[in-house]
Amino acid sequence: MPGKSKSNPKPTSKRAKPAQTSGSKPLTGAAVIVECLRMHNVEVVFGYPGGSVLPLFDELYSVRDIRIVQPRHEQGAAHMADGYARVSNKPGVCIATSGPGATNLITGLLTAYMDSVPIVALTGQVPTSLIGNDAFQEADVTGITRSVSKHNFLVKSIDELALSIHEAFHIATTGRPGPVVVDIPKNIQTALFDGPLDPPIDLPGYAPNYTGNIRQIERAAEMLNNAKRPLFYVGGGAVISGAHEEILKAAEKAEIPVTMTLMGLGAFPASNPLSLGMLGMHGTAYANFAITHCDALISIGARFDDRVTGKIDAFSPNSKKAHIDIDPTSIDKTVKVDIPIVGDVLDVMKKLVPLLKKQERTEWLKTINDWRKTHKLDTPKNEMSAPTVIKTLHDVTKGNAVIAVDVGQHQMWTALYYGFDRPRRFCVSGGLGTMGYGLPAGIGAQFALPNEEVWTICGDGGFMMNIQELATLASPRNKELKLKVMIVNNGWLGMVRQWQELFHGRRYSQVDISDNPDFVKLGTAFGIKSEACTEYKDIVPAIERARAFDGPYLIDFRVKQEENVYPMVPAGAAVDKMLFYPKQPELL
Amino acid sequence: MRHTISCLVRNRFGVLAHVAGLFSSRGYNIESLTVSKTEDPMFSRMTIVTIGDDSIIEQIRKQLGKLIDIIKVIDLSDVETVERDLLLIKVNAQPGTRGEIIQLTEAYGGRIVDIGPKELLAELTGSEKKVDSFVRLMQPFGIKEIARTGRVSMARGSTTG
Repeated sequence: MPGKSKSNPKPTSKRAKPAQTSGSKPLTGAAVIVECLRMHNVEVVFGYPGGSVLPLFDELYSVRDIRIVQPRHEQGAAHMADGYARVSNKPGVCIATSGPGATNLITGLLTAYMDSVPIVALTGQVPTSLIGNDAFQEADVTGITRSVSKHNFLVKSIDELALSIHEAFHIATTGRPGPVVVDIPKNIQTALFDGPLDPPIDLPGYAPNYTGNIRQIERAAEMLNNAKRPLFYVGGGAVISGAHEEILKAAEKAEIPVTMTLMGLGAFPASNPLSLGMLGMHGTAYANFAITHCDALISIGARFDDRVTGKIDAFSPNSKKAHIDIDPTSIDKTVKVDIPIVGDVLDVMKKLVPLLKKQERTEWLKTINDWRKTHKLDTPKNEMSAPTVIKTLHDVTKGNAVIAVDVGQHQMWTALYYGFDRPRRFCVSGGLGTMGYGLPAGIGAQFALPNEEVWTICGDGGFMMNIQELATLASPRNKELKLKVMIVNNGWLGMVRQWQELFHGRRYSQVDISDNPDFVKLGTAFGIKSEACTEYKDIVPAIERARAFDGPYLIDFRVKQEENVYPMVPAGAAVDKMLFYPKQPELL
Repeated sequence: MRHTISCLVRNRFGVLAHVAGLFSSRGYNIESLTVSKTEDPMFSRMTIVTIGDDSIIEQIRKQLGKLIDIIKVIDLSDVETVERDLLLIKVNAQPGTRGEIIQLTEAYGGRIVDIGPKELLAELTGSEKKVDSFVRLMQPFGIKEIARTGRVSMARGSTTG
C-alpha cells in the first residue's frame, strides 16, 4: 500500500468547468489544450510558432478570449511569462515549437526555476512515430529540461493530454512554485478526443505541507520573545506566500528589525524605519552588521543562499536560528538551524503573530541606527552616476512603479536605491542572474498590469541580449505596452569589470563594450521613441518626458564609466568584512 | 557511510531518468540501483545504495521526496532489513577445475545454469558480503564476465516501504 499523503494542502489550482461537455463533438488535441487553458483562467500566452505547433497555432488563430503575444525569440517568451507571473501571482504560459524552439526556452525556464516562479511551458514535439529517430527539429525536451523545471511531461497519447495540462498547472502553482514543461507531439495535437476535459488529478507523490508544526512555531515565538537582538531575514518565499501584512504586524508588535534578500524586496516596506534594506554581498552595511551580531534570527521564506551568507562558519555565529520554508530541502542545506518549520510562510506567520510579546528593543535599534549613521547609503550628487540616475527614478515615481531589472551593477543599485513598499512590484533574476532578462520581463509585467507604470532598467550589456524584443514592444499588435526602458549605459560589463578591478589586477578581459551601437538610433529603428541623456540636469526632465509619453519610451543614460557597487562582501569573506568606497580595498 | 534508500515510485515514463538526473546533477554517488514492478502496477520500487555523511544523506532523502513521481522514501539503513544481491558469473572451467567450481558453487548455495567446454555460468543469490566473497573465490580460476543486480532490500517486520 503506498504511503498516504499526510498534509492538508491548499485547494488545487482552481479550474473552471469546461465549456464543452464530454461526449459532444470530439475535439482535436489543439482544441483540448485551448479549453484547458480557459479552465485555468489563462488570459495571455507568450508563444512563437513553428512546424510542430502548427495545429495549436491554427486553433489559436480564431481564439478571441486569450491574448496571444508573439516575442521575437522564444527566450523572450519565457522571460515574458516569468515577468507576468511575478507581478500577477498567476502562472505565466509560454509556447514554443520543437527542437530549437524548445531549447531556446531553457535559460528562461531555469531563471524561473531558481526563483520559484510558476510557468507552464507548452512545447511542440515531432509525431510520436518519429520520436527517437533524430527527426527534423526533434530534441529530447523532457531529458533536456529535467533539471531546469519542477516537473515535465511528454504526452504520449491523446487520453493523457488534458490530465497532463491540469497536473502541470497544479504542480507549477502549488507548494514551492516553479516551471513545468508539457511536451506535446504534433499528432497528439491533431488527434481527436471525446473524453472528459476535467479528469481528477492523482499525484500521490506530491503533497506540499502548508501547515507549520504548532510546537515549532511556539518555540520560534519563545526564541524571539526572549531575544535581546532579534532579526527578521525575509526572502522570496514571503512574497510568493503573500505574507507581507503579517510580517509588518509581527515586526511592529515586537519591534524587530527586518532585512530582505534580493528576492524578498517589497515584502516589508522599504520606507518603514524597521527596514534595514537588502543584506548580503551587495547589501547595506547595517543589514550585514545586524545579521552578524543578532542573537535570534528567523528566516521567513529565505534559503540562506551564498550571496547572503558569505563565509558560512562566520555567518551569524552567535544567534539561535529559526527557518520557515515550504520546501524541506532548503532547511539545513547550507546553514544549520535550531528551529526548522516546514510550512507556508503566511500560514506560519498568522500563527506566530499572536504568540509574539509586544515589546520594545530600544538598545538594539539604537545600535542599528548608529550603524546607519556611520555607514549611510548615498549616491553622488550632480554627476551622471548610475546609482544617482536610479535613485532619481525612484524619487520621481515615488517608488510606485513596477520595475523589471536586468543583471549587473545596475541591478544591485536598483535593489539598494529603488525602495519598494509593496511586494510583487519587482521582477529580478535573483537565483540565476540572467542577463537579457530585464526587457522581456518588463514586457510580461506590463501585460499583467496594463494600467500601471512599468520601467525596465537594463545595463548596456544585458540590454543587447534580448534586444529583439524591442520589436515586440513597438508592435502595433501590442498597443497596451507603454513600457519605459532605462538603459544604464557605461560602456562596460560593469560587474565583471568591478571584479577584475578588485581581484584580477585590473586585467579587463572582454568587458569593454564601448563599441555598443547607438541605442537611440536603434530604438528609433525599432519604432520606439528614444532619447539620450548625458547630463545630470537632464535626468529628471528625461524621465518626466518618458512618463508623459503615451507609449513605449527609451532613454539611453550615458553614465560615468567606472563605478563600483559598494558595500561589497568579497567571495569567501564573512559578511561583516565589507569593502567600502572610496578606501582602496585590501585584496583577499 | 553506506545507506540503502528504498523508494516507492510512480510507474511512469521518465522516473528512472529523473532519479538518475537528480543524483548526477547534485554530485551524489550511486553505488547501485535496482528498480522493478511491485504488487501494484501503478508503482515500482527503486532501491539505491549511496555513500555520504549524515547531512548528505538527509539532503538526498529530501531531494528524492521532492520529485513529483516519488511517493515514499525510506532510509533502510535505520531499520532491520533483509538484503539480497543476485549474481551471474561466467568462470573459466577446464575438465580439471570444473568439479571444484561446481562444489564451491553448491557450497555457497548457488546453482550452475550453463556449462560450456571452456566455461561455467553460475548463479548466486545472497547478501552483498556473501556474493563478494564468492566472487573473490572464483577469481583464481579466471572470471570472464560478471553481472549483478545490486542490492534489493526490504525491511523486516511491519515497516512497509
